[in-house]
Formats: sequence, structure tokens, C-alpha cells
Amino acid sequence: MTPDVLVIGAGPAGLAAALAARRVGAVVVLLDASDYVGGQYWRHLPVTRPARNQSVLHHGWSNFSAMRDELESDPRCEIVTGAHVVAIDGSGVHVLVGESDGTGRERRVIRAGAVVLATGAFDRVLPVPGWDLPGVFTAGGAQALAKGERVVVGERVVVAGAGPFLLPVAASLYQAGCRVLGVYEASRTSRLLRHWLARPWELLGTPDKVGELAHYASGQLRGRVPYHAGRAVTAIHGESRVTAVTVSALDSSWKPLAGTERTIEVDAVCLGHGFTPRLELAIAAGCRLTRDRFVEVDADLRTSVASYFAAGEITGIGGVDLALAEGAIAGHVAAGGAPTDVVLHRARRARNALGRFAARLASAHAIGPNWSTWLDPSTIICRCEEVTFGDLLSVSRASRATGLRSLKLLSRAGLGPCQGRVCGRTVESLLEARAPGGHLSGDATMDRRPIATPIRLGELATWFDGPDSPDESLR
Amino acid sequence: MVVLDRGAAVSATSSAGEGNLLVSDKAPGPELALATYSLELWRNLPAALAEELDGFTSIEFDPKGGLVVATNADESAGLARLADAQRAAGVRAQSVSVAEALEIEPHLTPSMTSAIYYPDDAQVQPAIAAEALLASARAAGARVLVDTTITGPLRDAAGRLEGVTTNHGTVEADHVVVAAGPWSGEVATQLGGTLDVRPRKGWLLVTTPMAHRITHKVYDASYVGAVQSDSGARQVATVIESTASGTVLIGSSREDVGFDSSVDVAAWGAIAARAVRLMPTLRDTSIMRAYCGFRPFSRDHLPVIGPDRDVAGLWYATGHEGAGIGLAPATAQLVTALLLGEPAAIAVEPFSSFRSTLAKVA
Amino acid sequence: MVARPVPFATDPIGPGEPTPITITVNGSSVTGVLGQTLAGVMIAADVLAWRTTRRRGRPRGAFCGIGVCFDCVVDVNGQRDVRACQRRAASGDVVETPTSAASGDQ
Repeated sequence: MTPDVLVIGAGPAGLAAALAARRVGAVVVLLDASDYVGGQYWRHLPVTRPARNQSVLHHGWSNFSAMRDELESDPRCEIVTGAHVVAIDGSGVHVLVGESDGTGRERRVIRAGAVVLATGAFDRVLPVPGWDLPGVFTAGGAQALAKGERVVVGERVVVAGAGPFLLPVAASLYQAGCRVLGVYEASRTSRLLRHWLARPWELLGTPDKVGELAHYASGQLRGRVPYHAGRAVTAIHGESRVTAVTVSALDSSWKPLAGTERTIEVDAVCLGHGFTPRLELAIAAGCRLTRDRFVEVDADLRTSVASYFAAGEITGIGGVDLALAEGAIAGHVAAGGAPTDVVLHRARRARNALGRFAARLASAHAIGPNWSTWLDPSTIICRCEEVTFGDLLSVSRASRATGLRSLKLLSRAGLGPCQGRVCGRTVESLLEARAPGGHLSGDATMDRRPIATPIRLGELATWFDGPDSPDESLR
Repeated sequence: MVVLDRGAAVSATSSAGEGNLLVSDKAPGPELALATYSLELWRNLPAALAEELDGFTSIEFDPKGGLVVATNADESAGLARLADAQRAAGVRAQSVSVAEALEIEPHLTPSMTSAIYYPDDAQVQPAIAAEALLASARAAGARVLVDTTITGPLRDAAGRLEGVTTNHGTVEADHVVVAAGPWSGEVATQLGGTLDVRPRKGWLLVTTPMAHRITHKVYDASYVGAVQSDSGARQVATVIESTASGTVLIGSSREDVGFDSSVDVAAWGAIAARAVRLMPTLRDTSIMRAYCGFRPFSRDHLPVIGPDRDVAGLWYATGHEGAGIGLAPATAQLVTALLLGEPAAIAVEPFSSFRSTLAKVA
Repeated sequence: MVARPVPFATDPIGPGEPTPITITVNGSSVTGVLGQTLAGVMIAADVLAWRTTRRRGRPRGAFCGIGVCFDCVVDVNGQRDVRACQRRAASGDVVETPTSAASGDQ
């Protein structure tokens, strides 16, 4: 079916967008690469592993179930799971449907009246000496294993990084039976208090969010999981797997304070220093980005490209309630609903309040400018190509290059299978700080990935349906 | 010596190519002479640059040889004719049997009809090589000004060019050499010159790192036709080769769409369809990246090396289409000789900016 | 055993009876539960690393767990470049991690 509205990503924002679009009467196609809907937030067990009470692992599970059930039973909403969006071009959205990294998957080209991008975000992890050892996971990865697989990554675990998301991760691990030895938040208490509590009236509109955080901080984890602000895991030790970490106190710029190091024996480490939005499809569609590199949207979640909307974490990291509100607005307007419709009032109020809350969380947990002082020259920065901090320094010094493309090719950072998803922003900031003049030239960015997910050459070969090249006679 | 770039150096065409240093795709004539001369210069560059630039990344020069493969009788006949003419011009071009071709490149389709091996074809990492050359220029005293856009000419009373104005002030010079790739036509116009160089867009696909190397540069014989083509419609000719890091580059397309860099999956599909015909076992290889660039196209397929017809002090080193990296060292030598009024190593007249074959068709 | 499954009997989510599956990882049998990904099966068996890196020969397994980092890639039943954290395991799956992609020159 040719949809009125195509929604890409079935996390909270995408589900809300699909529902809102359906309520305006639009025919909807909802795509997700996973084999079930819910996104990373409501990641759960597959149907092959039924459980009576999965809701204990989740916030808002009943809301999720209701949204899912309504969409699944709606004949005018087609949910396509295992839908891997490879590219967007002038002829439509190009999708492979089938197994992740499979072969011979079904090709679909979807042209829709409007597209809502709800592709979400993934953990940003700052490099730490030893972070490439087995037993080091992203915070989101450890949580995904706990919620989606019922697997715990270790017995003695630390959770470290920055941001409120560390708390639910610690809770998931604790609940699954780990000993969570500590949550180490790099931002210092003074900064957290200053930004969290600066304008308390702004929190009035966000009771759920505050409640959720308070629930973690004072309730579920209190007395069971020690929470330390102004501390970071600054080195990870082990030979073939993690055996210990060094935790250090940080100054306000995230520079480790000499003499504060403490070694803790662990068998797993979970790291997260905020999130990186998944921008490749928005960039392929031509959507303009903001200065801090999220998708630029207006009050109705319109991007700079006609008929393209964006909702959820790709417009700014704000959590589930903001994603739901944005999805509701985007889906409604994308389906042709009036932006002024009364049905949007609640979502608009929520977006206004939560947007301010998200901005304050972002500044409270912003990455400190001197975090890189905990690196040593042998620390891996690009995990795929095993490019070290020292490699980056010497390439920058020897070449004096100011272009990201040159620097990538000179160092190989960001050129491996993950295509800079993990290291991209780190590489950019480390090189930028060392470039002649203190900035990189040109508009190259690691976020530009015309092929959004790998495709087999043989699959791509079947995408050829025009006339062949002219096969001119040789001269 | 001042090098100007409106963005970062090496950020456009130079970093979007395969790093072809080829004689195989050139019919006898001035471009083959230039390529042969340039390859001689390339062979000495890796060692010279490594010695001069301590600690600089390897430019990945690899004299791996090229294998051109025909897949039908017409291609075979055309390829044989080309190879005969090249051999007469002194190019090493060895006919190999299908069995021999399969032995040296087992991924090739057994249904190929013939193949020619060109031992002198080579590869370089073009962006690293260009940065190394720039670093060498810096070491010799060149100033490199990035983020600097030319806004117009500086002329003396007689109209001779004596520099350029830029968004960052004026830059005085006795000579101005335009080497702006596909943007050279625009820059020439800004400076009062006449140069018809236009973009030809091309896409390349990149696989994930593979265990099995493709040890040569492998082309299908239609590549030889495409690089000589005047058509602006999309053409695809297969070029497949491993890089030093284990990825495989698969190209390439060629079309006239101006400077439109937007994604077009049909171009990728066309490249992939031809590639799996030439190397069927690559069918299940993962493509992790596609990138496009713009070649500087001149209407008679020859580079433009030498002075502008009218504007004294304005020079060109551009229009090499897909062969710019390969032809760069020789081009530099020719421009230098012309600037200094010294004899050039090979004939320069065929590359004149006012040769008859560049004249606009009325 | 450090990395492990949440004990079925005491799991607060009240899981149904799991269906055991067995896969082969570089020649060794590893037992997991139907519905787990290949990475989930391996990590639940405390196998944290299943390949070595191309340049330095360092051990790697899963890192991001959500298909972003490509650290966990394996060959499954002869199919190359499969992210173990994204592929549901099936009984009899043969997982291999040729140090291959690998071991080419530097």
C-alpha cells in the first residue's frame, strides 16, 4: 500500500506518530529494523519467550501495550518489522525487509505523502584506556541484554558516565541480579544541583519525569546502589577480559584529580556519556541540522524539507515523555491534521515543559572539556580500525590537515564497519582541538552515511532496473 | 608560493577517487604520453616523500598491475585492438588466457572471454598522497590558506593578472595557476579567463574489510569506452580493487548532473549489477559505504595544462577527468617548465587551453 | 560464572518454560534459550569475546548490544558480517569468527 504517512522507527516517538496519524484517518506504514516494536526504551522479550509480567521491567508498559495493540489490530496501519532502511533518495525510501544482515531480502521502495523520522539515538561512550576489553558494554547495551534477553553482563558491575539514563540502567542490572558496585556520574554535585534546581517552577509541568528520576535516586536504588557524582572510570584493566577499573574524582572540567584514584575489582563495566542521534536518514533526506547537530524542527515538528517530519531523540535528547509528545504532534500534522487542533494541546504543553527540562538535563550532564586528559597515547579511539589517541595526534601533527576527510583517510579513524557511529564525534572533537587554527575546515561530518545500513552487493544489484550503460565500442 | 582552497585542502575530488595510476585505459596519444611520464615520476615519489616527511602516513603506492577483462566477443575484439595499439606505443600489455586470469583473480567470472594484464598500472591512496604533496610544499615554504574563496582578479594597468582577491584579503602573485578540479571553469571565469571544464559525477561503493584480497586493479573492458565517452547520461563500467585496509572499492558511474551530490540508488544498483557479473562471488559481500565525487571533464578528454589564451599570468592545471591523481606529477612538471620558460619533458601543445578541440561548437 | 542468564525460576517477570537451543561457536557447543540473539546466547554462557581484531589481534565480543558498533560481527552458517546482537539464534547455528577479515596485512 502507498501510505499517506510513513513512520520510520517504532520506539515511543514513532508509535505515537503512527497512532496520531491514524486518528486523523491517514493510511500509515510503520517501519522498524527490530523484529518487534517498542524501540530501545520498551525493548522486551520476543514472542518465543512469553512472560506473565514483563511490565515490572518497564516504565509505561501499559501505555506501550495499548499503543501496540491498537496499531496491530488496525488494518489501515501496516507495521513492517525487520525493515532496514538503506537509503532515501528522490525516488523514495528504500527498504530491505528480512533478517538483520541477511541476504536476498525483499526490496521495498516506499513513496509516502509524508514521512516521520523517528530513528532515535544510541549511547555515546567516551574512550577510556581499556574500554575495548571484553566485559565493557555501553550502558544501553547492558540494559538491552537485561530487558531483551534476560542476560546479565557480570556479577560485579559498575555503571559510569554522565546523565540520568545511568540510573535506570543500574536499576535494570540490579533487578536482574547484578551487584552494582556504584554509579559514577562525571558531573559534580554542584553542577547537577545548579542545573536541576535552578528554576524549580519549570519542573511543575513534568511530574512524571521528576517522579521517575526521584524514584530511581531515592527509592529503588537507595541504599542498594551507591551513587557518586564528580567521579569517572578513568581506566579499565584486564588481559582477555575486564578485571578491574580505576575510578577517579574529577574537577569541573572532567579532568581527573591526581591522588584520588581507587581501584575496584569488577567483571563488567557499563559506560554512557549521553546519546548520539541517528541522523543518517534525516541527512539523506536533506534535513537541516541545528548547531548542536540534531534535526532542526519547527513547533509542528516539520523539518526543513517539505513533507519530512522528525520526532523523538533525533530532535534533541529528552526522554520518553517528550518523544511521545513530539510523535503525537508530528503524526497529526503529517497526516494533514490542523496544527491548532485541540487534540494536540496536551502534547504541546508537555513538549514545552519537557523541552526545558531536557535542556537543563543536557547542561547538567554536558561533557566536560578536559575529559581527554584521562586518555593515554595507546588508548583506542576508533574501535573498528583500532586507531589510537597517539595515532590521531601524530597524524594531525605530521599533516597539519584541517579537513575531516583527509584526517579520516590519513588515520583510518571512522572508516570501519561502524562508519564512525561510535567514535565519530569523539574523533571530530579531538582533531578539532588540535587542528591548526583550532577548527576543522569545510562541512564534512561523520554523520553523513548515504548507506544507512549495510546491504549485500547482490541485493543492491537487484536494485538496478534502468537501462544498462551504453557499452560503447572501444576506441 | 601560496595555495588557496575555499574549504579544506584535499576535501573534494582528490579524496573521492580510487587513486588510479593507469596506462591501461589510455589509447595511444598525448594522454598516454602524459600518463607514462607521470607513472615514472610516481614510482619515485613514495620513497622521496617518506624520507622527506618523517612520520607521515604511507601513501599506499602499490604497483599492483591492472587486469582488464572482456565478457563478450565484441569487448574482446575491441580490447585486443586497443592492446595492439598500446603495445605499438610501448605499453606493456600482456594477453592472458581465461585460465590464467582466473588463477590470479579467482573471483572473476569464468564466463569472461579474454583478459589483458597491464603490469604498469598502479594505485595510490589519493587523499593521503595529496596531503603528503601538500606537506612537502609546506616544507619547501609554501603557505596554505584554507577556507579562502577567490572573489576576483588583481590586474595591473596592462591587464596582466598579478594576484587574486579573496574573502580574506588580496593575495599577490606573479602567476596564478587554477587547479580547482571540476570548479576550474568557474574560477577561470572569475579571473577573466576562458576554460570549459565541467563536473562528471561518479559513485563508488565500499565493502566491509574482506579476508580475500583482489590483488590487481580489475576492470571490465567497457571501462575503456566509458572514460572516452562524450555522453552525459549515466554510464557504468566496473572497476574493482582491494585497498590496503582490506576493503574493496567497487565503481564506477559517470554522469552529467552538475554538482548535484544527492543520493541516487539507481546508480548504486547499476554499479552493483555489473560488478556481480564480473565477480559473482562478491554477491554476498556487505557494502558499508557509498560516496560520490565530481571529475573535472573537458570536452576532448584531455587535461588543460598551460596558459590562458588571453589573460597573461593565468595558468591551468586541470581537466584530467578521472585521471587527475595519476597525471598530477607530470602535470606539475609541465606547468613548472612552462612558468619558468624551460623545455618540458614531453610535448605540451596537445594540452593547450586554446587547442581547436576545446573550441565551443557553434 | 559472571555473565549469566537471569535464573528462570526466580525471575520476577514470570517467564514461560524456556526452549533450550544449542549452537556451535568456533567448534564448541554453546547452549542458550530460543528467542535469544547469538550474542545473548554467548554472553549468557559467559563467553564475552568471540573474535579477534584485524590489526592487533585483540579479543572482542559485544559492546553496544543494539546493532550500532559492529564489534560483534560473526559468520553464521557461512553468511558473513552478521551482527550477533541482531540475529536471533536458531538451534544448530554454526557461528564462526575467522580471524580472517582479519589477518590480512596491515
